[in-house]
Amino acid sequence: MSLKIEHLDHVYAQNSPFEFKALDDVNVELENGHFIALIGHTGSGKSTLIQHLNGLIEPTSGTVYLNGVDIFNQSKEDLVKTRFSVGLVFQYPEHQLFEETVAKDVAFGPKNLKLSEEEIQERVKWAIEMVGLDYEKMKDVSPFELSGGQMRRVAIAGVLAMKPEVLILDEPTAGLDPHGRDTILGQIEKLHKATGNTVILVSHSMEDVGRYADRILVMYKGKAVYYDTPTVVFRHVDELEKMGLAVPEVKYLMRALKKRYPEIDDDIFTVEAAKAEIERVFGGERDV
Amino acid sequence: MFKDITLGQYYPTGSVIHQLDPRTKINFTLVYIVLLFVVNNPVGYLIAIGILALVIALSKIPFVYIARGLKPLIFIIVLTFILNMFMTPGQVLWQWKALHITREGLKLSIFMALRLTLLVAGTSIMTLATSPMDLTDGMEAGMSVIPGLKRVAHDLAMMMSIALRFIPTLMEETDKIMKAQKARGADFETGNIIDRAKALIPILVPLFVSAFRRADELATAMEARCYRGGSGRTRMYVLAYAKRDAIAYIVLAAMTAAMIGSRFIQYPWPFPFG
Repeated sequence: MSLKIEHLDHVYAQNSPFEFKALDDVNVELENGHFIALIGHTGSGKSTLIQHLNGLIEPTSGTVYLNGVDIFNQSKEDLVKTRFSVGLVFQYPEHQLFEETVAKDVAFGPKNLKLSEEEIQERVKWAIEMVGLDYEKMKDVSPFELSGGQMRRVAIAGVLAMKPEVLILDEPTAGLDPHGRDTILGQIEKLHKATGNTVILVSHSMEDVGRYADRILVMYKGKAVYYDTPTVVFRHVDELEKMGLAVPEVKYLMRALKKRYPEIDDDIFTVEAAKAEIERVFGGERDV
Repeated sequence: MFKDITLGQYYPTGSVIHQLDPRTKINFTLVYIVLLFVVNNPVGYLIAIGILALVIALSKIPFVYIARGLKPLIFIIVLTFILNMFMTPGQVLWQWKALHITREGLKLSIFMALRLTLLVAGTSIMTLATSPMDLTDGMEAGMSVIPGLKRVAHDLAMMMSIALRFIPTLMEETDKIMKAQKARGADFETGNIIDRAKALIPILVPLFVSAFRRADELATAMEARCYRGGSGRTRMYVLAYAKRDAIAYIVLAAMTAAMIGSRFIQYPWPFPFG
């Protein structure tokens, strides 16, 4: 059970002066059940890559296997089924809302799945609550009357309601305040823990990546450079910086500390782990 | 879906055609269009084709790119061709039951198809070789010389340039919304015409919302930079004719004379269909 990407190439506007190679021989196997962070500089091919994972755009060459099935070599009906298995939340998903009420908008996906009316209602309720909104209060409200953060959550609920095996989110927190960001990421983590489904999160915040992900996929100039646990990926501090990326601030702190105190472990990138490590090395609780 | 639309797209190559003053290009194109309807004989069409070929060659824009712009019009061109061929009365060349092809019909259909092709190719080469900014500057200059339009020339040109500027943006937006709805299982390709019309709602509603939002943001941004319409505005780049423009106008004059002249000359040799 996995998403296997094989020799994936994608060239935009081929044979025109605007030709651009967005993906260059990407090979990676994303096993199920992980919380994967996809990081990379702007224009590194992240968005192009994720649109291949549910067959929205076709590769120039190479392919993607979902649980062993070549998603670009199947009937149209099966391709639509693939889109239900791999749910994709685009950047600024609130721009895709169109229905009169929140409940109707969230029901759009399940309706296309041709589920029974009760099943749809059940899923709509579940999805709206899953993103931390009150179903009874929200269901009859027009999505255009909501605040930006609420619209975002309704749009995410619209994809969750299809109960995808793999959930891909393209910068779901872009343009939100810190509170909105924590709410959305917290709900996604809760969902991931509850269902054990794969989550692929495109993010520019190394702090968020370090906090939530258990795998990191690094894209650079259309190539998949690293795919490993955060501990291993964040060891490549200098390489990541050359790619226009960074590591969490805590990692820099621990690296600086290690230069002075070699006994300290610097494979640490969250505040909690750093606190524990510093207490271990420097002997427990002291007033600072 | 939108890959085939080349009208209104800019294809930069930096060629001599691209460097021409936009007024020259607009005048040239307008005269060319009029001449296409004046011409009524093969010699005139040969001149028109020759001039177009020359311009395409000079512009360094790949021919396939222009041909791609013609693709959506093939249906219309073929339809006019067939209608003209079978519906024109005259000297019958071929007949089968009620269908007949006449000498006049054949001539008319070939000329009409040529006319349409040259018309579209000629105008698309202008938009391909002129940046949207240049194009609106040229139109503003052109409208300013028409009495009565002078006062609104700037506003019309600004509206036009904004509209042109937003064609690719809105296309991109449409593409994004379509993808987002497809990711939720929307189906735009199957079903009868009512199903398909209904399937457009999830695209059109967000598209309109976003177009209004963009218009609002643009208006605010323009006001924030003290935009207040045309009167008293000076330009950063003032249009100026160069030597190449003089050459272009000479070519234009020669072409006009030759194409109009081709109507009146008694040809010493007979045409296959005269």
